[in-house]
Amino acid sequence: MPEDDAVVRVQGVIKEFGPLRVLDGVGFEVARGQTVAIVGRSGSGKSTLLRCIAGLESIQGGNIEVCGNAVGRPGSAARAQLRRDVGMVFQSYNLFPHLNVERNITLALTLVKKESKAAARQKAAEVLRLVGLTDKLLAYPEQLSGGQQQRVAIARSLALSPQIMLFDEVTSALDPELTAEVLAVMEDLARRGMTMITVTHEMGFARRVASLLVFMHQGKVWEIGPTAELFANPKTAEFAQFIGSEL
Amino acid sequence: MNQLGTNHLLYLLVAAQWTVALSLIAFVGGSVLGLAIALMRVSKSGVVRAIASGYIQLIQGTPLLIVLFLSYFGLGIIGLKLVPLVAAGISLTLYAGAFLGEIWRGCIEAVPKTQWEASDCLGLNRAQQYTYVILPQAVKIAIPPTVGFMVQIVKNTSLASVIGFVELARAGQIVNNSTFEPFVIFTCVAAIYFALCYPLSVASRTLERRANAGR
Repeated sequence: MPEDDAVVRVQGVIKEFGPLRVLDGVGFEVARGQTVAIVGRSGSGKSTLLRCIAGLESIQGGNIEVCGNAVGRPGSAARAQLRRDVGMVFQSYNLFPHLNVERNITLALTLVKKESKAAARQKAAEVLRLVGLTDKLLAYPEQLSGGQQQRVAIARSLALSPQIMLFDEVTSALDPELTAEVLAVMEDLARRGMTMITVTHEMGFARRVASLLVFMHQGKVWEIGPTAELFANPKTAEFAQFIGSEL
Repeated sequence: MNQLGTNHLLYLLVAAQWTVALSLIAFVGGSVLGLAIALMRVSKSGVVRAIASGYIQLIQGTPLLIVLFLSYFGLGIIGLKLVPLVAAGISLTLYAGAFLGEIWRGCIEAVPKTQWEASDCLGLNRAQQYTYVILPQAVKIAIPPTVGFMVQIVKNTSLASVIGFVELARAGQIVNNSTFEPFVIFTCVAAIYFALCYPLSVASRTLERRANAGR
């Protein structure tokens, strides 16, 4: 991949929680349109890495660049821009429980992007069609299944037209059937050329959809490479063991 | 000595209106102050948080009676003579502000941290996060304990009687001084307080049940 094509550039990132070093010199690059899966055991630092890229955590060393803007250092002036470039979807959906589906989606459109109510509503209808929930426009989050809530959360992020979507174990709280419907939406996004970084336990999904696989272990990028290659040829015992236990 | 009559009862009821008025002043003033204190308590600035928590500790650690003495007699000595209604209104506002501030801080912090993160990721600034995401959820959590605290305010207005403000408790003393029927009179006074507070208690319990049952 050509160097200047990278939309996310992570270099030597160090993240510490008190005395605990969670990320220990992590680095990789993501090209536009690429789908990246970050896998690894619990505690390997993969979710923390994603939260750092999203600007939700400060970093103690290294650099993170998203669409050319530095992330994670205190007082980053580019924070507003980062918010425009990056969409984040969480394991626990984090919809706003007091607002209906439409308002969940239009809130940031009207407040942050200053779109008119009508334009925001139209956008909400559009993104809901993408995730197959047109009929839930006026429902409240608690009236939806977990899978539906997660699809609304994806739609809410998509409505802001981000350059990159981050997914943090978005199916971990869902049963297999609901997991499938959320993964289908994500696969569809990947096919449409959205740049995606996904922290996941769904090895089948990673294998099917991700072009780049990152295996995290003990706060480091332990193995990285094209997904098919890595699965066919694990270079480290840790990764071989990991895919052995997950599949 | 006068015979206890309906005009005495009427006098108590008129005085009860002042109890209600003072309660409303304390509640409205305390709400405005309390919201400011609550927001200061969850501020990003350590200095602002320290000021708010110092205020809360000061008021919570001082008897309301002493606050009343200070604002009426104390300020009077240094030349700032307040009428009893104003002195009592200020004292109760200071008192309610500290307690409501602390109650509401808890309610704001009870909104999950993930709501902050989600709204942050959508690009909302801090004021927008409060206005559209955090406070609407905090208000729902806050209603039962707030209504419960209103009962405390109503009862504590009786302390204003010591600075000569004629509300329900003071009116009871005055009627008693002329009729000397303490048992009957103060039973009436208690009954009127009860009539004011009981509906609030019931409302608080009902709201709490409803909040626990979800939206």
